[in-house]
Amino acid sequence: MITVTDLTKRYARTTAVDHISFSISKGDIVGFLGPNGAGKTTTMRMLTCFFPPTAGKATVAGFDVFEQSLEVRRRIGYLPEAPPLYLEMETIEYLRFVGRLKGLTGDRLEKRVDFVLERCAIADVKAKLLGKLSKGYRQRVGLAQAIIHNPDVLILDEPTAGLDPKQINETRDLIKSLAGDHTIILSTHILPEVEQTCERVIIINKGKLVATDSVHNLQARARGAESVLVEVGARTGEFAIPVVRARLEKITGVSRATLKEEFQNGAVFEVEASKGQLVRGDLARAIVESGWELNELRPAAMSLEEIFLQLTGTDAGAKSADTPPEEAPTPEAPEANA
Amino acid sequence: MRNIWIICRRELNSYFTSPIAWLLLTMYSVIFGWIFWNFLAEFIKQGIDMEMMGQASPMNLNEQVIRPLLGTSSFLGLFMIPLISMRLFAEEKRNGTIELLATSPVHDIEIILGKWVAATLLYCWIIVFSSINFVFLFRYGNPDWKPMAVTFLGVFLQGAALLAVGTFISTLTKNQIIAGALTFGACLMLWVFSWVSSYDSSSWAQVFSYMSVITHFDAFDRGVLSTKDAIYYLSVIFLGLFFTARSMESLRWRS
Repeated sequence: MITVTDLTKRYARTTAVDHISFSISKGDIVGFLGPNGAGKTTTMRMLTCFFPPTAGKATVAGFDVFEQSLEVRRRIGYLPEAPPLYLEMETIEYLRFVGRLKGLTGDRLEKRVDFVLERCAIADVKAKLLGKLSKGYRQRVGLAQAIIHNPDVLILDEPTAGLDPKQINETRDLIKSLAGDHTIILSTHILPEVEQTCERVIIINKGKLVATDSVHNLQARARGAESVLVEVGARTGEFAIPVVRARLEKITGVSRATLKEEFQNGAVFEVEASKGQLVRGDLARAIVESGWELNELRPAAMSLEEIFLQLTGTDAGAKSADTPPEEAPTPEAPEANA
Repeated sequence: MRNIWIICRRELNSYFTSPIAWLLLTMYSVIFGWIFWNFLAEFIKQGIDMEMMGQASPMNLNEQVIRPLLGTSSFLGLFMIPLISMRLFAEEKRNGTIELLATSPVHDIEIILGKWVAATLLYCWIIVFSSINFVFLFRYGNPDWKPMAVTFLGVFLQGAALLAVGTFISTLTKNQIIAGALTFGACLMLWVFSWVSSYDSSSWAQVFSYMSVITHFDAFDRGVLSTKDAIYYLSVIFLGLFFTARSMESLRWRS
């Protein structure tokens, strides 16, 4: 659906996007990931024909973004970082305007307007002025205008920025529900968002492509050897940190056990197994047999956060333990949860 | 064509939902009404005076009321035009809505024409609205409508030309105030260029004098339909819109 080859954008002094190549097939949800200023918006603006690339080539649905710009624009729905709303217009009036601009007329226009009002849950504010809407509603109206002409490709620039957690969830669900009909690219610097909504990730940093893969593969690739977190509690057996650690390390296949956290009558260890060894069963048995409580046992999957920092090399020392993700306190890795 | 109309309609709607159109309409009506009343009162007083002195020389509504009045409205346009055109692109750039227009399947020129036509229509509406005053002249007097129509055409052409310049200036900045101030400056310059002709007739002075909107308004003001002057206004419109298109293009390449 989208093919990008050696796409480059140079401004007067800086190179915002530097020879990026990737391709996206129909129906994919792709997360476009990178720190602020990595070139996400620039890439998206080139794909949406807002400005032409300095060098390289990009095609959407087989049309070149520079040569056949109007054809591309007909097939793209774009939600810029700030929803492009005319604040003095009413919601429905605005959607009709955008619909007409994208080439809809008559019955079809009315049908699509009703459809997006319904789909984006903004029917209750259809007669309100856009300037009076809350941030969450504005974002949804922005999304509604992007899908009004039922485009093949949907390009969303930080669709959840500045929303409260409830609105973020609603917006994510909305985006996921759109996935079937559209190819979606969404950019973000919030990692859990990608983990939750996207199938594939394209990571860029300082204008360069760092990685492109499925979320699952990326996690697997970065994880390497299996590593599990166990929370052990005191019960009948003698409970002392060095004793527990020594016992855990005695299990065959375990290469190392490190204390992660200690509290009254309990402790959390990270147990690393040598590659290819499955140690969870043995671990559980050993703990129970030693007369301790096994409170929790879970794989210490690397969050995208860590992978991201590893790949982009931004401040690798301060890994995720010290830098909580910006938004959700515990990023979950759905595929990796046992 | 359809796209031009879509954009023009939205633009007009936005003029009338924000107070700007109503404000201009009110202000212009009040000022124009006041001037109309003054010219007319003077005309009537003159008539009475002459009658009292017993020397009834012919009096001309066209020459003594309508012509100076329409001359004033072309002058008032100078103040209105920046207020009309300053928001056209500056506001879109500030709100980010330019991204919607620039990524929609419409040509840049359609966006520009839509906006310029909307601004010109608003300008015409304000001028025509105030012309209600003339109904009284036709009711109680007997003015000639032909030279008046020509002068109106002149007022319209001058406004359309300056609005094209204003449209171009509006693409240069995000800030409406700056766009407005620059447009006002440009309008004023195009106005006072003609002053050189009063003391100098060398070739450079002629060039400046030719560039002035006022030089070309003269014929229209006298009720003479002059092709040469109409062509001047049309070329200013063309040039203004052409530069707007180039400016939008450079916006795409640079931003």
